[in-house]
Amino acid sequence: MNGIIEYCQNVRDTVRSIFEGMTITFSHFVRKPSTVQYPDRIAQQVQETLPLRYRGILEVDMDICTGCLACERVCPINCIAIGIEMNAETKQRDFTLFDIDICKCMYCGLCMEACPTGSIRHTQEFEGACNNPAGLVRHFITEKVPLYKPKKGGETEPRMIQKVDIGKTYMDEIAEPEN
Amino acid sequence: MDFTVQDLIATLLPGAVPAALGYALAAVAVAFAVLSFFVAPLAGVTSWLERRVWARMQSRVGPNRVGPQGILQWLADGVKNIQKEDIIPASADRKLFLLAPYVVFSGFLGAFVVIPFGSWLIPADLNIGILYLLAITSLVVVGILMAGWSSNNKWSLLGGMRSAAQIVSYEIPAGVAVLTVIFLSGTLSMQGIIKAQGWAPWDWFIFYNPFTLVAFFLFFTAALAEGNRTPFDIPEAESELVAGYVTEYSGMRFLFFFFAEWGNLYVIGAIAATLFLGGWQIPATIFGVTMAEHPLLKGVLEFAVFFVKAYFWAFVAMWVRGTLPRVRVDQLMAMCWKYMVPMSFICLFGTIVLLVIWPEGNTALTMATLAVSCLIVLYFMWRVVYQIMHSRPTLYLKPYV
Repeated sequence: MNGIIEYCQNVRDTVRSIFEGMTITFSHFVRKPSTVQYPDRIAQQVQETLPLRYRGILEVDMDICTGCLACERVCPINCIAIGIEMNAETKQRDFTLFDIDICKCMYCGLCMEACPTGSIRHTQEFEGACNNPAGLVRHFITEKVPLYKPKKGGETEPRMIQKVDIGKTYMDEIAEPEN
Repeated sequence: MDFTVQDLIATLLPGAVPAALGYALAAVAVAFAVLSFFVAPLAGVTSWLERRVWARMQSRVGPNRVGPQGILQWLADGVKNIQKEDIIPASADRKLFLLAPYVVFSGFLGAFVVIPFGSWLIPADLNIGILYLLAITSLVVVGILMAGWSSNNKWSLLGGMRSAAQIVSYEIPAGVAVLTVIFLSGTLSMQGIIKAQGWAPWDWFIFYNPFTLVAFFLFFTAALAEGNRTPFDIPEAESELVAGYVTEYSGMRFLFFFFAEWGNLYVIGAIAATLFLGGWQIPATIFGVTMAEHPLLKGVLEFAVFFVKAYFWAFVAMWVRGTLPRVRVDQLMAMCWKYMVPMSFICLFGTIVLLVIWPEGNTALTMATLAVSCLIVLYFMWRVVYQIMHSRPTLYLKPYV
């Protein structure tokens, strides 16, 4: 007798669970899908929606880079390469090379913490796909440029004031390690 | 309208060719037409639709890039698979390995011989129609076993063996459920079974009495199992057997198995519609238009009605696939032998007893069955609304914001 009751219960449970399961899947069927159709069918670029502290591909503002090599030294995997040489004419030091290998970079953020002017920064950019790994080395120097020398008493040139401010803001708000 | 393809051939080629050759030509022409213009696009679109339906049930989007809403995805898949290399394992039984996809495919395509798309739109109205259908769809298991054996691979062999065991077992409840209908209609011919029903739901065999209602669901479940559909897809269980009997196949041969599987979805729906749901039956007059006076309109409407009925059950098969997890092998066998076989026999004998009591059928019983079914459907709809209203995860369309 118990066997018969169990048998009928099994049938009832099977029918009921399939019934309930199918109502649930159908209720999902008529809902709007939650998929984000990256990269093209989205209302807003993903980069614009990322938080400020997002550690994307590095960029360097060469106009306010002092050439102190702090980032190159602190980088645990040597993905930053900086070349500096003395310019015989102006008697000043020039950048000949500032390469960051995005292939190697592990986005640890130590370089931006070490930077005294906030010129090396993480961006919100993350799309690094390319056909050749060599294309992932970012070259920031195309022609020789002099190193930046902070002026005593602050900047006077409006363009530079703006750039220095951006760097400072970045250092204060993002590059400072918490506590 | 007793117009057949044989008559067409006789009109086109009067006396010039022997009758047997004419029939052979007609058979080849019909097979070609059905395959090219109906089965291939249907199986393709079904594959796309199935992926879209699952995707929506899982809150995804599904393929939507090739053509409008991705409807040409199946063409892209076909072109891709034709370009792929046809790999034959060195230790495979070469002849059987090459032959197996075609056996599976012909087993599936053979079913279209007796599928009645309309009152005159049927390749051949055999007087043993449903018996032929049960027999020809069993050819698929031969092909699957052939594929599993000839691949010389343990996964493939296990998949083939499982498929054979599954199809052989589930033919019994399916056959007995079909027998219920045969008792009611008194004929094996597909057209005869449809003609024994009417256009209205209370004339359909599914609502004839409570036993046929259960028999319909038994038949549908067994047909899903015979078609190797989830939750009965243990022959190609990905988590256990890689891809089961298709593990070693690639390119177009691989596609043939899935072509048959997706096309089979429509065949399952078509058989269900024919046996239980009144097939192509439409009212004699619709909005004052007498159907007999407009043969073309009648044909189109009949085809549409049959297609919708058949495709609805194909949709239900997709829906079940999106709902239920795969059953274990022993559960599969227990479900067949311990539950479905006894229940199908109960349905058969219950119908026989009711036929003895009321040989012409009982209107009150039919209406009661129909009413109960309608109540179940209404309750189902209410549960769907409930699930939508009470869903725990709120609609969150921009996860990255």
